[in-house]
Amino acid sequence: MTDKATIVFHSGDMDKLYSALIIANGALSMGMEASLYLTFWGLERLKKAGLYKGPLSKKNMLGLGKLMILKRIKKNNVASLDRLLADYKELGGRIIACEMTMDLMGIKPKDLREDVIDEYGAVGTYIREARDSSITLFI
Amino acid sequence: MAEIKVDVRGESCPVPLVETRKALKKAVSGDIIEITGTNPASRKEIPMAADALSVKIISDEQTAEAWTIRLQK
Repeated sequence: MTDKATIVFHSGDMDKLYSALIIANGALSMGMEASLYLTFWGLERLKKAGLYKGPLSKKNMLGLGKLMILKRIKKNNVASLDRLLADYKELGGRIIACEMTMDLMGIKPKDLREDVIDEYGAVGTYIREARDSSITLFI
Repeated sequence: MAEIKVDVRGESCPVPLVETRKALKKAVSGDIIEITGTNPASRKEIPMAADALSVKIISDEQTAEAWTIRLQK
């Protein structure tokens, strides 16, 4: 078994994107491989300028909760999502976009950050990645 | 043998770990990587990463303001 982490990012929530990217970066930092598989609302975050557009998974309060968390993120000097994504790519992390949900949601490759996407695939691609992974998460 | 300094004072999880990994990737065998930071969780986790990556921990010190971990690739 390859020492690998495969994460399905489905929710598209801003806070959960933090979790996904932090875990993925942690895996890479500790010498594992990592794959991030984007589907449903998760795809929206990799639309151009979409990284921060997700709501909070809890206590979003029409965006008020999100504003408060963003303020605290800044105050506590937590890395930006842009930085986490850039680090993820620099350390060799892979990003796969789900073609079926892209069609379903009317998202074209040109709508997405093609510069960071390594592959377009369907469930077989996910299983190919996940069956060799010691860590798999659905976020 | 080069000595590479990584200053992550004030940075929080996962930046110290990520910056350590980046420095290790760029280093060649025998290089020393010196990481200075303030985040308490990272001080515990950088040695864990070093173990996972089979990198030698030379020293691990804490002063009033910061911690410094030295690794050898």
